[in-house]
Amino acid sequence: MNDEGKIRATVLEILGGIAPEADLAALAPDANFRRELDLDSMDFQNFVIRVCKALAVHIPDRDAAQLTTVAKCIDYLR
Amino acid sequence: MPTLGADMEAGTLVAWRKQPGDALHRGDTLAEVDTEKGVIDVEVFHDGVLDAILVPAGTRVPVGTPLATIRAAGEPAAAPVAAAPAAVPVPPGPPETGEVQPAAAVAPTLPLPTPPLYAPALDALGRLRISPSARRLARELGVDPRLVKGTGREGAIARADIQRTAAGLPAAPQAVAPVAPAVAPPAAPPSADRLDRMRRTIAAAMSRSKREIPHYYLSTTIDLHRAMSRLDCENERRPPEKRLLAGVMLLKAAAMAIREVPELNAVWEGERVVVKPVVHVGVAISLRQGGLVILALHDTASRSLDDLMDGLRDLTARARAGRMKSSELADSTITVTSLGDRGVDAVWGVIYPPQVAIVGFGKIVERPWAMDGGLFVRRVVTATLAADHRVSDGHRGGLYLDAVDRLLQEPERL
Repeated sequence: MNDEGKIRATVLEILGGIAPEADLAALAPDANFRRELDLDSMDFQNFVIRVCKALAVHIPDRDAAQLTTVAKCIDYLR
Repeated sequence: MPTLGADMEAGTLVAWRKQPGDALHRGDTLAEVDTEKGVIDVEVFHDGVLDAILVPAGTRVPVGTPLATIRAAGEPAAAPVAAAPAAVPVPPGPPETGEVQPAAAVAPTLPLPTPPLYAPALDALGRLRISPSARRLARELGVDPRLVKGTGREGAIARADIQRTAAGLPAAPQAVAPVAPAVAPPAAPPSADRLDRMRRTIAAAMSRSKREIPHYYLSTTIDLHRAMSRLDCENERRPPEKRLLAGVMLLKAAAMAIREVPELNAVWEGERVVVKPVVHVGVAISLRQGGLVILALHDTASRSLDDLMDGLRDLTARARAGRMKSSELADSTITVTSLGDRGVDAVWGVIYPPQVAIVGFGKIVERPWAMDGGLFVRRVVTATLAADHRVSDGHRGGLYLDAVDRLLQEPERL
């Protein structure tokens, strides 16, 4: 099982890898990171791939689009 | 120095990856060149053996400058390239078979046997500045204009320059005026101002496009119900790393539709348009730090969606890491720009010279859609075409967008 702290740290680390210039400390948990960090569809797909791998979870395609904020990621992946 | 996009005027040779005597195969990386777009791997056009390096690492040279010579495998090594240049550039004799060829010059089919002794005056496209009548005269007199020193405005070659070269005379004394030496060392500025340089080069290419190309614009809204249903169904049973983006399907449709209106897949070469037989879609990739690059997704029409997806992922990653290949920068024959994720319905492109068309796709959105007397909610996309009116007209452009639409109604064909 993945706990909240681990999910948050993993999500932020992966976002930092995709948007290295971003100030993740300023990213609110309920902020839409696709918009805030200017992630295009390829960036977002890479995000989903890396989350699945890092947390050993399966995210079906129909669910992936919901993962737009750190808070929603924690809800979904917990 | 190959031209790596319409906007490039010079590049800095960063490192040689091969040494004289090394065997080369088509596609091998020969050298690394630093441009405002990042460090580019310059690839080899021919199999052979690296004969001589003409431009040392750390040197900035204009587009068109020979970087090295390659000889066919089995040929004896050529005499060392004259380090002490003759006073007058000598027009080359007729090409011989197996002749030493430039490694990565703009036109691989036109061997440049002797490197010019000065930087030829090139326009923004890396083409020689020469008047049409001087070009004709050069052909008549058997003079290679690339070896002629121009004395006209900005070093342009005039008829008198051709005549002088044919007669074996040096350039007129009043024109000894400073010609940029081939080795012009403002070394590559640090990457900090790369964005600034990129903005300037984009500005130059786009200004030229708007100045010289008479654009016309068309748009159509395409029902994506079938295409997206098929994609969703396919993606639902795939792991994330194998899923396809809708953009890849749009790219393939844009490439396949060229079959019906082939004149949109073309480039201007000098004074005429040349239709290209293979579709290499140039994908506009925005960079995180700002700016964008157009990179060729080679042979787009005949590759599978899976293969194109892998190719696009690789191109995007390398574009953003600043590691691109010369063929990706130089080969595209038509551009597709997709602002789908940026939340706009339509994008009206500016043609990327020397191409003659750019296709745009907006965001995929749900819209009310009237069909067969009923009203439905459908996912749709607005497809646009900006094309060069010197090459095609609205009727042909309309047929092209209609072909894109029909392909997307039969997604199993993609």
